[in-house]
Amino acid sequence: MKFSGFRVFAEALRGHKGWKPLWRDPAPQSEYDVIIVGGGGHGLATAFYLAEVHGIRKVAVLEKGWLGSGNIGRNTTIIRSNYLLPGNQPFYEFSMKLWEGLEQAINFNAMVSQRGILNLYHSDGQRDAYRRRGNAMHLTGAGAELLDQDAVRRMYPWLNFENARFPIKGGLLQRRAGTARHDGVAWGYARAADLRGVDIIQNCEVTGFRIENGRVQGVETNRGTIGAKKVGVAVAGSSSRVMAQAGLRLPIESHVLQAFVTEGLKPAIDGVITFGAGHFYVSQSDKGGLVFGGDIDGYNSYAQRGNLPVVEDVLEGGMALMPRIGRARLLRSWAGLMDMSMDGSPIIDRTPVDGLYLNAGWCYGGFKATPASGYAFAHLLATDTPHETATAYRLDRFARGYVIDEKGVGAQPNLH
Amino acid sequence: MLIPHPLLGLRDAQEFTYLGDARLIERPTSGDEADLAEYVFQRDNPAGLHRELWFHEQGDRSWLVVTRNTLTHEILGAELARDVALARKEGTA
Amino acid sequence: MTRLQGGLIDRSRTLAFTFDGKRYQGHPGDTLASALLANGVRLVGRSFKYHRPRGIVAAGSEEPNALVTLREGARAEPNTRATVAELYDGLVARSQNHVGPLNFDLLAVNDLLSPFFAAGFYYKTFMWPRAFWEKLYEPAIRRAAGLGELSELSDPDAYDRGYLHADLLVIGAGPAGLMAALAAGRAGARVILADEDFRLGGRLLAESDRIDGAPAMEWVDTVRAELESLPNVRILPRTVVFGVYDHGIFGAVERVSDHLATPGGAVRQTLWRITAKRAILAAGATERHIPFADNDRPGVMLAGAMRAYANRWATAPGTAAPVAIFTNNDDGHRTASDLIARGVPVAAVIDARAGAQAQGEYRLMAGAQVVGTKGRLGLHSVSVETPAGRETLSVGALGVAGGWNPNVHLASHHRGRPVWDADKLAFVPGAGGPEGLIAAGACAGQGSTAEALADGLRAAGEALAQLGLSAPTVPLPQAGTRQDNVAPIWHVPGKRRAWVDFQNDVTVKDIALAHKENMRPVEHLKRWTTLGMATDQGKTANVTALAVMAELTGKSIPETGTTIFRPPYTGVSLGVLGGGDTGAHFRPRRLTPTHHWAKENGATFVEVGPWMRAQYFTRPGETHWRQSVDREVLAVRAGVGLCDVTTLGKVDVQGTDAGVFLDRLYANAMASLKVGMVRYGLMLREDGIAYDDGTCARLAEDHYVVTTTTANAGPVYRNMEFARQCLWPELDVQLISTTDAWAQIAVAGPKSRDLLTRLVDDFDLSNEVFPFMACAPLTICGGLRARLFRISFSGELAYELAVPARYGHALMARLMEAGADLGATPYGTEALGVLRIEKGHAAGAELNGQTTGQMLGLGRMVSKKKDAIGNVMSRREGLAAETRILVGLQPVDASAVVVPGSHLFEQGAPRNLDHDQGWITSACHSPHVGSSIGLGFLRNGAERMGEVITAANPLQGSEVALRVVPSHFVDPEGGRLRD
Repeated sequence: MKFSGFRVFAEALRGHKGWKPLWRDPAPQSEYDVIIVGGGGHGLATAFYLAEVHGIRKVAVLEKGWLGSGNIGRNTTIIRSNYLLPGNQPFYEFSMKLWEGLEQAINFNAMVSQRGILNLYHSDGQRDAYRRRGNAMHLTGAGAELLDQDAVRRMYPWLNFENARFPIKGGLLQRRAGTARHDGVAWGYARAADLRGVDIIQNCEVTGFRIENGRVQGVETNRGTIGAKKVGVAVAGSSSRVMAQAGLRLPIESHVLQAFVTEGLKPAIDGVITFGAGHFYVSQSDKGGLVFGGDIDGYNSYAQRGNLPVVEDVLEGGMALMPRIGRARLLRSWAGLMDMSMDGSPIIDRTPVDGLYLNAGWCYGGFKATPASGYAFAHLLATDTPHETATAYRLDRFARGYVIDEKGVGAQPNLH
Repeated sequence: MLIPHPLLGLRDAQEFTYLGDARLIERPTSGDEADLAEYVFQRDNPAGLHRELWFHEQGDRSWLVVTRNTLTHEILGAELARDVALARKEGTA
Repeated sequence: MTRLQGGLIDRSRTLAFTFDGKRYQGHPGDTLASALLANGVRLVGRSFKYHRPRGIVAAGSEEPNALVTLREGARAEPNTRATVAELYDGLVARSQNHVGPLNFDLLAVNDLLSPFFAAGFYYKTFMWPRAFWEKLYEPAIRRAAGLGELSELSDPDAYDRGYLHADLLVIGAGPAGLMAALAAGRAGARVILADEDFRLGGRLLAESDRIDGAPAMEWVDTVRAELESLPNVRILPRTVVFGVYDHGIFGAVERVSDHLATPGGAVRQTLWRITAKRAILAAGATERHIPFADNDRPGVMLAGAMRAYANRWATAPGTAAPVAIFTNNDDGHRTASDLIARGVPVAAVIDARAGAQAQGEYRLMAGAQVVGTKGRLGLHSVSVETPAGRETLSVGALGVAGGWNPNVHLASHHRGRPVWDADKLAFVPGAGGPEGLIAAGACAGQGSTAEALADGLRAAGEALAQLGLSAPTVPLPQAGTRQDNVAPIWHVPGKRRAWVDFQNDVTVKDIALAHKENMRPVEHLKRWTTLGMATDQGKTANVTALAVMAELTGKSIPETGTTIFRPPYTGVSLGVLGGGDTGAHFRPRRLTPTHHWAKENGATFVEVGPWMRAQYFTRPGETHWRQSVDREVLAVRAGVGLCDVTTLGKVDVQGTDAGVFLDRLYANAMASLKVGMVRYGLMLREDGIAYDDGTCARLAEDHYVVTTTTANAGPVYRNMEFARQCLWPELDVQLISTTDAWAQIAVAGPKSRDLLTRLVDDFDLSNEVFPFMACAPLTICGGLRARLFRISFSGELAYELAVPARYGHALMARLMEAGADLGATPYGTEALGVLRIEKGHAAGAELNGQTTGQMLGLGRMVSKKKDAIGNVMSRREGLAAETRILVGLQPVDASAVVVPGSHLFEQGAPRNLDHDQGWITSACHSPHVGSSIGLGFLRNGAERMGEVITAANPLQGSEVALRVVPSHFVDPEGGRLRD
């Protein structure tokens, strides 16, 4: 069934009798060409691109809960390609291009909205670092603009320019950045993959890998053993737990990141804004809620909940930057588990086990990467070679000294 | 969170700075690049009990080894990291 | 409209207020909602999606409909629930979310188009043409969405935060909470009793119950008086406990002055972080409604709320017309009885249970259901399907009683899953909730007054036992007990829309559509339909929706799912969560010892991490900062300059193993340093990347003083303690940060020795006795303890002089005075930056955590002979293969400007990442060179001296041709600093 305005119109006239399930609930088959562990954004996108680009349709996505229950449904929905380092920037720019054509590719309105992201700077040093970054963005065609204080004031006159501890000096603006409806991305990829024959199996938890002679044969699940020629793991937040079942240790720690949304408000904040002197970033959803977040809580956790000090820290930043929000109310806060890697950059690579592939280490930035991550992981699974934009995301880069450390803080995950 | 400091009693976790897995105490002395790479970059990252390093930065400046459950955040105990490190060295000496 | 008899309002005083510009009156004790109803106002708002006319539904914080914007201007507070807004004289409120007047909202056209706006419709359309989403569709959606409007003005009110500690926190001051607080208070426990209402009593405020034979409020007043008299009990009314965090920490917000027209001198709200050994959750229950056709009209309310308005606020539900009750349980009958007792005419009780019995003098329609309503802006009739046929009742209001949902919210904040109680038809707190939290009373399914009192006492006993306190004997008061006998009637099937979630306009049909489209897991249901995502967080909707989905899937309710809740329990203002540390107080401001001196001498300050540092000193006649900076730089190069460098981190390292210890911390050797000498040190991270640099001065065999960069003063000290305590605890070494203890002033320039000679007490500063890189403790100015280091950041003959911090100001003044004839000139961070760029010294832009010793041209400092932190890892393949190295850059055209952040290319090379050869880290105008100069990392830079390259800055559309030069623009041989 193709979604369209016409379809919505026609169904409205006949009482919505014709809508079909967005995806099937198939029983697992005994064997697949490829099993993707993890029915989140990256896993579902991988399945879609395997089917769409590589014609590999005998694919199962195994999800331990309900599809989209991980970070794809817990993030603050920001998409951007404003990276500095050559290992990252082309990949995120590729992702941005996929976002720009996503809805037509999957026939689902994921509400990709290029509202722009403005990273504020508060010192000359920060400005120079943003200039280096903005230039790197130009070198990949991502585009960026360096704004001075007056230009920022014209965009957002209600930011705190008058009484700031760290005055706003300007900002780096990427107009093509913005937001997308996070659940819609998961659902859109799921539906598109399902339509292409992919089996999406919910409530199916992988409890082990079947490995013989160093080669993966399939997975053990709470719904029985399922055979596979190749297994791709995309379970960010739980990568260490899952890969430990294959006997692997990873350069990853799991950390908790909180996110927040206010009650619905009439349009107040047009684009995405990040504070350069504290941990705070914000955008406004189409429903009207201010969606915001800050730093990770900072300690290893699998608890999917955070603590009060970080809530206070985030709102200190929010109030310092935009004192107009004081009388808005927090509606809901939640938390997700982050695969915090040792250099703040992800891993898309083969593993020492033949036929077992890993997509991990997305830190708090996995959402924007969803399309390119799925595309590159599908490419790797299908061809056994890294996609041209993801050649740096190797598992051995740490030992060999090719880290991709945007923040320059080294092997301490809670600082990335 | 509250951390049971062995000398100072329950202290708010906000007084501390977190580092990570307490195995960072076990710095290899072999001078071997591969050993150090393993030490610097690889983590068990367990879901469950985790021995981890916290620095009482807004306090007495002691490093603690805290045993905490990463699934529930329950803290089972805390020791002075110096004691842990000394015991380890004596054990291997 | 006239008020009913009784109630908890103060009729002796009248409060004036306006709603949508119209003037009304109420009394102290009223909420905005009760006052509106008392004035006959039923229409108060519009729904989110269809803009349906809406009235007040509830009497507490669960209100989904009656959201108003309270106050005006900078204090405008959108989405305030009228049901919890305490009335004050002069209150101003406006309705929200309509275009045109509230009673003629132009966006109500959405309601006519509702067939097209079914659940999830927007995921299926608006995809073509692509550019129309941002340009056309989305702006229209965003304008229509949202509720109230946020002012653009800064919130003018103050907020505060505080920390409280207790043995027992009691959340909710209804019968269970009061009983628990009383027992624990008498037992001597430190108790905090918090309630979101402005008056204690909880549900007792809304009931006609009697306790020990007297009106329940008499008991409440007695208990409150005793609690107030106990020094170990603190009562926090107007305080919502919004979240449970780890280890017994609770977040709470006290609305300190929201009930006043303005806070006056007080704060608006306080954020309390309450640490409690045990907590009793006595949060009560929330009534649910029963969806039926057109059940969302103004006048359709929760029956328990209707009862509360009559009993507590002495008002009929906004109408003089008769009312009806629609119920599936006995509680609906209590409402009818109470209304009749207060003089509100009851047309009928419509009980969906076939065998229902009347419990008073009113008409009972048993086995009947409401199947429709009429009244566009306010209910005027309901259509009832009875066993005898259909009947229309003319009523002005309908109370709906669908049973009560325990307020399990806080018990599920740690992902504790509520469990289904099949008898009570409700979710009650299950295992796995927050440690030490005990649910009691209605939120634990013990909802009658007698049960709640007993359960509160039980919970207190449990908590006291766990606290090791003996429970006092507290007699259990006598109160009424009852069963609601609720029947599993969750909605009334029909063709027309029946609302489940009022605010977000989610109907039974939407749930059916979600079911059809396989959005069946409860989280999919919520996200697809937006059910439970409104400001009430589904308090009145979620369980009902689950029941509807269960019916569709043929599964039981617990099999269908549970919903857990996340903080906050109710909406909490962002201002209070910021705790008041806003504006200029966002972070502490550290001032250097010479700050006030600098201020008096024309300094402009700049934020440097937590510090404020003098950026440059403006002299009379200087109109541009560059004039001041150039003058300061030239003064240092030609005479003597003074700069406060106190902010650099200082760590005192003492002990017999101090040298060994530092050898392991620095990439280069330190143990071999002679006493009385200083050595430049490079610290690496364990991964081999350059981390920090500074100086190491050996004052004695067992005593070093090391300095760090300003930015890393904290982290480096932390790492040093890590190394001392965790890596090498066997070493005899002690550390202390002395950054704040010593004021340190750089005295730099060819005349620095001349100047210092005038201050030191009998100390030989000659080059022979005190050469470059010497250090010594000494006294100055006739006995002041000081430390002198002959080190140079500028490349000139230079010293750094340290004195106890309290003498910093005086020292600066003395140096200026003593050096007046030498031209002593204070200089700020800008000149400091120019001087170091001219000398090719690395700073933050070069030591950015991504560069190596090799890149900084310090590769040879990384010793291969010893094991120091980072030395081994610095040899990894990827680091060793790095050829970018720090070089100087000078424009070919002397008038051109070097722009930091530009990327470096061979001339004519394509401008893309493949040909990117490095970047410019720092640049400045060099008065010494007479042009703009820069430092940057350039591929194979060491071999490219003299080559002309291009610095590309496509971000700002500029390119400059630069010549690669050595990074020392000044005195490359280093003669000056050794002079």
